[in-house]
Amino acid sequence: MTFFGLHFQDIVFYTLATILLIAGLRVITTRNPVYAALYLVLAFFTAAGIWLLLEAEFLAIALVLVYVGAVMVLFLFVVMMLDINLDKLREGFWKALPIALPVGGLMAVEMVMIVGARNFGADVVPAPAAHPADYSNTAELGRVLYTDYLLPFELASVVLLVAIVAAIALTLRDRKDSKSMDPAKQVLVKKADRLRIVKMEAEVEKNDVVDTSAQADDKGAK
Amino acid sequence: MVGLSHYLILGSLLFAISVVGIFLNRKNVIILLMAIELMLLAVNLNFIAFSHYLNDIAGQVFVFFILTVAAAESAIGLAILVVLFRNLRTINVDDLDSLKG
Repeated sequence: MTFFGLHFQDIVFYTLATILLIAGLRVITTRNPVYAALYLVLAFFTAAGIWLLLEAEFLAIALVLVYVGAVMVLFLFVVMMLDINLDKLREGFWKALPIALPVGGLMAVEMVMIVGARNFGADVVPAPAAHPADYSNTAELGRVLYTDYLLPFELASVVLLVAIVAAIALTLRDRKDSKSMDPAKQVLVKKADRLRIVKMEAEVEKNDVVDTSAQADDKGAK
Repeated sequence: MVGLSHYLILGSLLFAISVVGIFLNRKNVIILLMAIELMLLAVNLNFIAFSHYLNDIAGQVFVFFILTVAAAESAIGLAILVVLFRNLRTINVDDLDSLKG
């Protein structure tokens, strides 16, 4: 299927690539971090589309779920939670441009010269044969992940656990008016901390004289 | 027809954009973290393009692990950012000079 000499896949690729580059540019140039985060969401969505074009379906969906659904929401939470002075942070933004543009442009030109069509063009690295209709990218990825890469896969879960613990431990703070108990202190408590033994005289039975005077006092009070 | 080089060029352009972003926004930690995420995205794009054109699923496994580590990294980075803001009331990189480095 061709339109004006372009394959349909080419049109999709060029559209997505343009959107991705524009979104990337807006992420680094926009004034407000909230807009930057939203443009980054757009960039991730578009990248997921390009990954679908490369037949990495599972990772494309994972990118949308993990990045757009979790990481970018976390970014938005933090950006909106902090009360930032934007003008102070924009100081020297344009001053760095004369250095940033040549460095970035030089890097881009170098990399494009290396990875360009001469070394990795369509005639040097031909497109692979299409997979059969019942091929499942997810099943194939899962098969490899649970056999050849089982140990790294388990280690990745440990990394995530460490990240959870670290993030909570960093941001957790004790409130002053919290009435929660500290189990460590409860375990460490000794008998002497709770129980006070007082030495005192033995109680002796008093005679009746005291009792009647007390009753007289009671009547006087009434 | 779109070849491998198209994807690699797209990845390198995205990487260059995020390098420029780190230069421009060197005072704003949040945008710096976002530029790092963009860099990782560019690298992942390269991995997936090579995985597709060389017909080797190992590249996609690698992207899977990069996604894991990147999610952990941004979670801890943002947690540090929150603690930093709580203590100093600023996220300006220039104000973070208490270590006299």
